[in-house]
Amino acid sequence: MIVAERKPLAEIETALNGCSKVLLVGCGGCVTVCLAGGEKEVSILASLLRMSAQAQGRPLEVEEATIQRQCDREFFAEIREQVEECDLVLSLACGVGVNFFAEMFGDKRIVPALNTRFMGAAVAEGMWAERCLGCGDCILDRTGGICPLARCAKSLLNGPCGGSQEGKCEVDPETECAWQLIYERMEQLGRLEELEEILPPKDWSRGHDGGPGKVVREEVSI
Amino acid sequence: MKAGSHLEKVLASGEFAVTAELGPPKSADVQVVVEKAQILAGYVDAVNITDNQTAIARMSSIAAAKLALEQGVEPVMQMVCRDRNRLALQSDILGAYALGIHNILCLTGDHQTFGNHPTAKNVFDLDSIQLVQLVRQMRDEGKFLCGEEIRNRKRDPIVAPRMFIGAAANPFADPLPYRVVRLAKKVKAGADFIQTQCIYDLARFKEWLDRVCERGLHEQVYILAGLTPLKSAGMARYMRDKVAGITVPDEIIKRMEAAKEPAEEGIQICVEQIAELREMEGIAGVHLMAIEWEQQVPTIVERAGLLPRPHPSGESGPSEEVMRTES
Repeated sequence: MIVAERKPLAEIETALNGCSKVLLVGCGGCVTVCLAGGEKEVSILASLLRMSAQAQGRPLEVEEATIQRQCDREFFAEIREQVEECDLVLSLACGVGVNFFAEMFGDKRIVPALNTRFMGAAVAEGMWAERCLGCGDCILDRTGGICPLARCAKSLLNGPCGGSQEGKCEVDPETECAWQLIYERMEQLGRLEELEEILPPKDWSRGHDGGPGKVVREEVSI
Repeated sequence: MKAGSHLEKVLASGEFAVTAELGPPKSADVQVVVEKAQILAGYVDAVNITDNQTAIARMSSIAAAKLALEQGVEPVMQMVCRDRNRLALQSDILGAYALGIHNILCLTGDHQTFGNHPTAKNVFDLDSIQLVQLVRQMRDEGKFLCGEEIRNRKRDPIVAPRMFIGAAANPFADPLPYRVVRLAKKVKAGADFIQTQCIYDLARFKEWLDRVCERGLHEQVYILAGLTPLKSAGMARYMRDKVAGITVPDEIIKRMEAAKEPAEEGIQICVEQIAELREMEGIAGVHLMAIEWEQQVPTIVERAGLLPRPHPSGESGPSEEVMRTES
C-alpha cells in the first residue's frame, strides 16, 4: 500500500490562511489502513483545526467527509456539493488522490494534509517500512524476494557495501541491511551461488526515469 | 600491460607497491594539492585522489589528480557512483584519461546523509561492480555501456581510455563469507588491483585473506592492504566506535593509551603492520591513508624499509637529504 503521514499542524494551518470554510476529505484506501487519512484521522484533524482557530479567535468553519477512494473518479460525485460550498479542500489522501482531486475540481484549491512517503507495509505495531520502488522491472526472484532497490540505502544491485555492520545499514542502525537479508535468504533457499553472478546495470527507463509512468491496456479500454 | 601506468608496472614487476591518499581541499585552493603532492612525490608509487569523500563537496578528483600529475605524482583517480549517472561516469573517464590519468578506483561512495549536503538526491545509477565492468568494457572492447564504439565517426580510430582498474574491499564488514564473494565479483568484473579498507585487526584480516587465497583470487588481482596511522588514543577509539566497517583490537587501543608520544606510537604500529603484511601471501603492497597527515607518509615508508621507490623513468628515488627534510 501507499504509506503516508500527516503534515505538521502548523504547516497545514499556514496553508489555510485567509480561508473561512474548509472541507476535510479523507480516503478509504491505503491511508485509512496506515492510519494517516481515514475517517478517524479526518475527525481528529478537524477537531485540532477547530480548537486552534477558536484559541486564536479566528472564524473557521470545518466540514468533514471521507470517500471510498480518492484515486477513482466515481467516488467524488457524493461530495460535489460540499466541495463547491467550501473555500478550500484539505485532502487527506496520498499524492495520487490529491492530484485526482485537483483534476476533478479545476476551480477549487486542493491542499494536501499528508506527506506521501512510500510503497510499503506495517512491519510492527505503529511502524511502516518501504518495500517497493516501483522500478517497472521486478528482479525480486533474483534477490530472494527482498528488494535491494527499495531496501538498500544505495539501491545496490551487487551489494552489500562496506557499511554493512552486524546486519544493519550504516545509514540507520535501526534499519536492516537489505543485502545481509538477501544473503541469508538465498542461503536458506540453497541458491547462494547465484549471488556470484553480476547483476547488470538496471534499465531505469521502465520506471520514473523514463518519464511519467503510463500503462495502456487495449483489451480493457473502451 | 593493460594500461601501462606506473602503478601497473610496479605491481607487474613484483615489487611491493606503496600507494598513499590525497584528499582534495574544500576550496579551489591549488596550493593545498601542490603541497601535499610535493610531500608524497618520490616516496610512493601512486596517490589516490579521493572523490568527495564522506559525501562532502570538494575540489573534483579529476582536477586534483591533474594537479598532482603536474607535481610528478601518479594519481589514482577515485570515482564514486553516488554523484554521477552512467553518462557522467563515462564522460569523466574519457576526460580523465585525456588529461593523462591512467589509474581509477571504482567505488560506490558514502551515503550522502554522512556529508554536508544530506538533502541531496543521490544517483547510484551503477554500483561499484558495474562501474568496474564498465571501465573494463571501455578499455578492452572500446565500447560505451550502450554498446557504441568509442570513436567520433565510423572511419575514425577507436580512442579508448586505457585505465588500470582498481576497486575497494572491506574485509571487516559483514557478512564475512560474502565479503570474499564480493571480491570475487569485483575480480570477475575486471578489477586489476584492490585497495582494502584500513586494517587494524590483522588477525581478522588474515582470516579474510586466507579465504581469498583459498579461492586463488590473489593470483588474479593485486591486493594492496590499507593502513591508516593512528595519531592518538582518541582517534583509535573513534575508528573503533564511529566508523562503519572498521574494527580496532583492544591491544592497539591500549598501546595508544599507554604511549607517551601517541603519534610516534601510531607510526610505529603502522611500520610493524607493514612488516607483517609483507610476509603474507597474497599481499602485493600497502595503501597508506594518512588522513590529513600526509607529511608522515615519507617517514613511514622510510622506516618500513620501502625506499627507494622504483622511478617511472628509471632514475633513483629522492636523495638522503630530501628524505631527512621531509621526515
